[in-house]
Amino acid sequence: MILNRRTFIGTGAAAAAILSSPMVIASGHAKRVVVVGGGAGGATAARYIAKDSDGEIDVTLVEPTRQYYTCFFSNLYIGGFRDISSIGHSYGALASEYGINVVHDWAIGVDRDAKSVTLAGGAVLPYDRLILSPGIDFIDGSVEGWDISKQNKMPHAYKAGSQTELLKAQIEAMPEGGVYAMVAPPNPYRCPPGPYERISMVAHLLKGINPTAKILVVDPKPKFSKMALFTEGWDNHYGGMIDWLGPDMGGQSASVNTDAMTVTIDGVEEKVDVCNVIPAQKAGKICEIAGINEGNWAPVTGHTMQSRMDENIHVLGDATNQGDMPKSGFSANSQAKVAAMAVRGELTGSKVFPARFSNTCWSLIDTDDGVKVGATYEATDEKIAKVDGFISQTGEDAALRKATYEESVGWYAGITADMFG
Amino acid sequence: MFGRCVLAVFLFAAGNAQACVDGEALLGEAVYGECSSCHDVGPGARNRIGPPLNGIFGRTAATGSERYRYSMPLIRAGEAGLVWNCETLDAYLADPRSFVEGTKMNYPGLRDYGDRVDLLAYLKQFSKDSKHGEIDHMPEPQLEVDLPPEILGMEGDPEYGEYLSSECVTCHGRDGGNEGIPSIASWPSEDFIIVMHAYKLKIRSNPVMQLVAGRLSDEEIAGLAAFFESIKMDY
Ligand SMILES: Cc1cc2nc3c(=O)[nH]c(=O)nc-3n(C[C@H](O)[C@H](O)[C@H](O)COP(=O)(O)OP(=O)(O)OC[C@H]3O[C@@H](n4cnc5c(N)ncnc54)[C@H](O)[C@@H]3O)c2cc1C
Repeated sequence: MILNRRTFIGTGAAAAAILSSPMVIASGHAKRVVVVGGGAGGATAARYIAKDSDGEIDVTLVEPTRQYYTCFFSNLYIGGFRDISSIGHSYGALASEYGINVVHDWAIGVDRDAKSVTLAGGAVLPYDRLILSPGIDFIDGSVEGWDISKQNKMPHAYKAGSQTELLKAQIEAMPEGGVYAMVAPPNPYRCPPGPYERISMVAHLLKGINPTAKILVVDPKPKFSKMALFTEGWDNHYGGMIDWLGPDMGGQSASVNTDAMTVTIDGVEEKVDVCNVIPAQKAGKICEIAGINEGNWAPVTGHTMQSRMDENIHVLGDATNQGDMPKSGFSANSQAKVAAMAVRGELTGSKVFPARFSNTCWSLIDTDDGVKVGATYEATDEKIAKVDGFISQTGEDAALRKATYEESVGWYAGITADMFG
Repeated sequence: MFGRCVLAVFLFAAGNAQACVDGEALLGEAVYGECSSCHDVGPGARNRIGPPLNGIFGRTAATGSERYRYSMPLIRAGEAGLVWNCETLDAYLADPRSFVEGTKMNYPGLRDYGDRVDLLAYLKQFSKDSKHGEIDHMPEPQLEVDLPPEILGMEGDPEYGEYLSSECVTCHGRDGGNEGIPSIASWPSEDFIIVMHAYKLKIRSNPVMQLVAGRLSDEEIAGLAAFFESIKMDY
């Protein structure tokens, strides 16, 4: 049962009855934080607030799925380096060890005046502070011929789980010498190196089971994250298998036909066996519903991750427009800790330190051939600004690449423990 | 829990009592290189990530180094009667985590018997009952970076350290796991400070750590060191 402040103070007889129950008094006093989205941003924020607030803040986490499959390492599943269960995580510990109220439902409405969130199941959750970390949604019509209803014919696999399994099964079922095509997304999108790590992992899979198969990447961008590292790796490991077509080769305006299984590039129709469409992206729909977007994303201030439209709402991760950080799980996790500290500071007066952020994105090109790119950031009034950064170099020796891959395995264990306890 | 540890100790006590008879101390010194990133031995040896190994032979497990925080399973094994000798050390070194389940020694094990016997012969020189007995032929251990005492001994603010640590635990799990990225929980503060300054000065090469350490002030490093040292690992 959810008790709101008005009923608590307002009704005399009921109030007397309530006062005799210590539990209800506690929930009447505790501040309420509602977190929408149990991914890299939301799960971390919920855990840090619950962990550090000694019961002074009631945390409710709204997330429709019971098992969260990380997009990070989902490409490694496609490559055969991970099984699907190893990238699935439940919310059990967040509920049992941290006392977070985990509600498996969709948020479908936000009333910013009443400060409440409405769930698809009908419940209304009042909040003192709302945290939105809903990830991304796709922009309909960004790839002609594709919309979300076609996702089983031409999977995006850009939200992990059944989509990732479907894509892998389709690749495994390709005829000998068949064609896998990817329609890559325009900027900005989640995980800048993600599509190209995926190409590497698809190539690794096909090299083992279907070595005469071809990979076609249709890309609207003239260059992409870690481009020199990926192209070097593709030449070294998968020579001749991968064709990348940038905007000057028609990558700008590809269209697809899901019935005919074709991709049309510069007027030329290509018959393909698997087509992985990664459309243009925008903030998860709940941000639009809450009315906190500017264009496709929710602008925030880096000092606290508060929405620039509503100081009672903090937005995290992929959904934000924050400045220089890439849309990554590492970034979302880093931002979540800044928001958790700010929210505790506002609601309980706990100490607040200046925001600091960091990000590292590892990618696997082939067995034991890992590369990484990373940077540190700070909050300025205008944005989250990059301070310093590094990137793996081409031509590094095998031992360093192997150590880099092993580091990513350690990071995966670390960040998932940091999210789910 | 207690019962399980006792069982573990005796179940796996399959070391070889001959282990320090056959070894070559000189060869063992090279093998010891692997241990030296965490353990000191010889004059001036101090607690680091692991305790010093002076006098290890004949000692009850998890005793000997004051102020070192041994893991609970090792303490329990000691209480159950585990004494370090050729046989038990041989078995422990071969596969630490099978021999004492839950030990905080994050080392996968030295599988080669020849390496183990050489290592034991080397270590035995630093225990009283060895024929050398004396240990003063060892040079003072060299620190990785030369830091002035006011930085090395700086008292950090653990509360600030805890805040800063949220950046570390994205990769360094707090549960002592050691997959690809080392656990840093419970590290002695001095070691922590030395290592972070080694990254800051780019003596150590990992670029992620160079970046992270590069923007930490001396006080911030000390705060982190104080916080991580204070984490008690319940192995
Ligand atoms: C193939 C691929 C590889 C990647 N690799 C890496 C990598 O190696 N490293 C890295 O750091 N990042 C990587 N990423 C990026 C990373 O997955 C995302 O940046 C990260 O998940 C963003 O976190 P988030 O909290 O913003 O969103 P998400 O983690 O997507 O979480 C959003 C959650 O919100 C829920 N949700 C959405 N709407 C609602 C609603 N209305 N009500 C309730 N719940 C809702 C969703 O179910 C979802 O669980 C990769 C991404 C992809 C696609």
